[in-house]
Amino acid sequence: MTSDIILEAVGLSKVFGGLVAVDNVSIQIRRQSMHAIIGPNGAGKTTLFNLLSGVMPPTTGQVLYKSQDITHISPQKRAALGIGRSYQITNIFPNLTVLENIRLAAQATGKDNFRMFKLADSFRGYIDRAEGVIDTVGLTGRELVIARNLPHGEKRKLELGIMIACDPELLLFDEPTAGMSSEQVPELINIINKVVQQKERTAILVEHRMDMVMSISDTITVMNQGRILAEGSPHEIANNRQVQTAYLGDLYGELA
Amino acid sequence: MLDKYLTKPGFGAAVKRERGFLIFILLMFILPFGIRALTGSGLNEGVTKFWQGQLITFFIMAVFAMSYDLLIGYGGILSFGHAASFGGGAYTFALLTKWWAPRFLESYRVMLGSVNISEGIVLLLILLAVLAVSIIIGLIFAATSIRLKGTYFAMLTLAISSAFYILIKATDFHQWTGADEGLHGIPLPVWLNPTQNRFTIYVVSLLFLMICYLVMRRMVNSPTGRVIVANRENEDRMRMIGYNPVTYRAIAFVTASIFAGFSGALYSIWNMSASPTMMSAVTTVNALIMTIMGGMGTLIGPVFGAAISQVIQQFFYTWFGARWPLVFGILFMLIVMFLPYGVVGTWRLQGWKVKQGWQRFLDLFKAKKAAG
Repeated sequence: MTSDIILEAVGLSKVFGGLVAVDNVSIQIRRQSMHAIIGPNGAGKTTLFNLLSGVMPPTTGQVLYKSQDITHISPQKRAALGIGRSYQITNIFPNLTVLENIRLAAQATGKDNFRMFKLADSFRGYIDRAEGVIDTVGLTGRELVIARNLPHGEKRKLELGIMIACDPELLLFDEPTAGMSSEQVPELINIINKVVQQKERTAILVEHRMDMVMSISDTITVMNQGRILAEGSPHEIANNRQVQTAYLGDLYGELA
Repeated sequence: MLDKYLTKPGFGAAVKRERGFLIFILLMFILPFGIRALTGSGLNEGVTKFWQGQLITFFIMAVFAMSYDLLIGYGGILSFGHAASFGGGAYTFALLTKWWAPRFLESYRVMLGSVNISEGIVLLLILLAVLAVSIIIGLIFAATSIRLKGTYFAMLTLAISSAFYILIKATDFHQWTGADEGLHGIPLPVWLNPTQNRFTIYVVSLLFLMICYLVMRRMVNSPTGRVIVANRENEDRMRMIGYNPVTYRAIAFVTASIFAGFSGALYSIWNMSASPTMMSAVTTVNALIMTIMGGMGTLIGPVFGAAISQVIQQFFYTWFGARWPLVFGILFMLIVMFLPYGVVGTWRLQGWKVKQGWQRFLDLFKAKKAAG
């Protein structure tokens, strides 16, 4: 049975000391969909993300990728299976050039990682691929800049570039627009849309910007206090009373 | 469009890239002949012999410092136990040459035609043993880096190398290792004897430096080397794009350990002895100082650092007497303060300023000439 579901979490929980960050969450991600996870601060979105990407093991529960149990598989093996992740806090190789940052990611997918006596630059395939990715994320002309000297917006693009260069099937975006100004956001949304549609990829998105989430996602899951509050299309979520309360609290209630 | 910024493949391009280093090697090769011509003392005697001795120590320590740079400069791994590999290589060589080689030579004779190559065979086997021991020591350190990071990891490497140090100083093994006094009077074949055939050892060490430098340079520019640099830059990110940091750290440790092991073996040939100091933390710290002075992550930097350190050790005692470490300490502080990336590293970052200033000076000179 080749199911429509690419990633599935079953009864996932994560407890930090006395704090239940993620509480018995079950979620299904459909293939080729854009699935957003939203929720107020401290709702457990990033923890859920870390569980899905394998950064930390869950206290209980299971993660299934293409019906295969990956709960206890290391992040590097998940990457090889086709799960890519970007970070909320910019996470790049700061002292390497933009090209080298992306080239390294491209190299990870090949079989030349243990060639110790050949020049890395003589493997043109990875460089060409990196240049393609640089073009996609809109960093053309910045290839030779040392990554730490890039302005914030371009660092975010580089972050995406590193993830895309691994050619994953499932993309996990952890607040891709974090810290970006409103003018920069539409460009990033375009890039994300392009990347996802380019190869019929699936994307999971954690995001704060409601406008962005509403416009690009197919399905939205709302989390609050470690639990799933609601799930549905953007339209359904926008009209969900519970969600409105969770987001806007009593103030909204008073006004309404 | 990017082509001219990429490292060009091919032998010609490699020679062109490393021309500075190759010229340096050539000059070093000619140097003893130059000193002989100036002073009239033969290659294996007098002043010529003395200066070769100084340079041999420098060449060997340069390789050791470079191997340390592989770890700290490229891999971002701060290990205080690198002397274990250096001393491990030295002791493996010394112990086997002293206790095993004579027995082997008594019982077997390997002939190639009419030439007796037994000594060569023994040397080769001993070097293979050095290789094996270096790999094992590298793997031990790699194993400790699986779970520990930063300071904790540095402390554990210090502890492991201290364990080796104590083992080699243990009086229980006095009859084999010589404990505190070390192992002296290693029987070496005449052609390899540093007192009788100084120039041979000189050439061997020079070639050793050249080969090790070129091989290491190749490695750091290889796909594997680039991933090792990624480990220095951002371990989590590296994991997330599908590399296992532990594997690449193990590669860095083992390669660094092999180079350190061989430099240790050569050092014990050169001194015809092996002493516990070679395994002590002081040796690691020396390599660290050389690497910092020359410039971390530059590979050629540690060579400069080793040269500076050799000059200091040779002259500071005569110049400053027993107070020389104080002067050296101040000098080291000045280097760290004003050349924070070491001599080579700072030059790479700031060199354009000097070049620009020089250009301005030349322009000024030209303008003056045109006016006058």
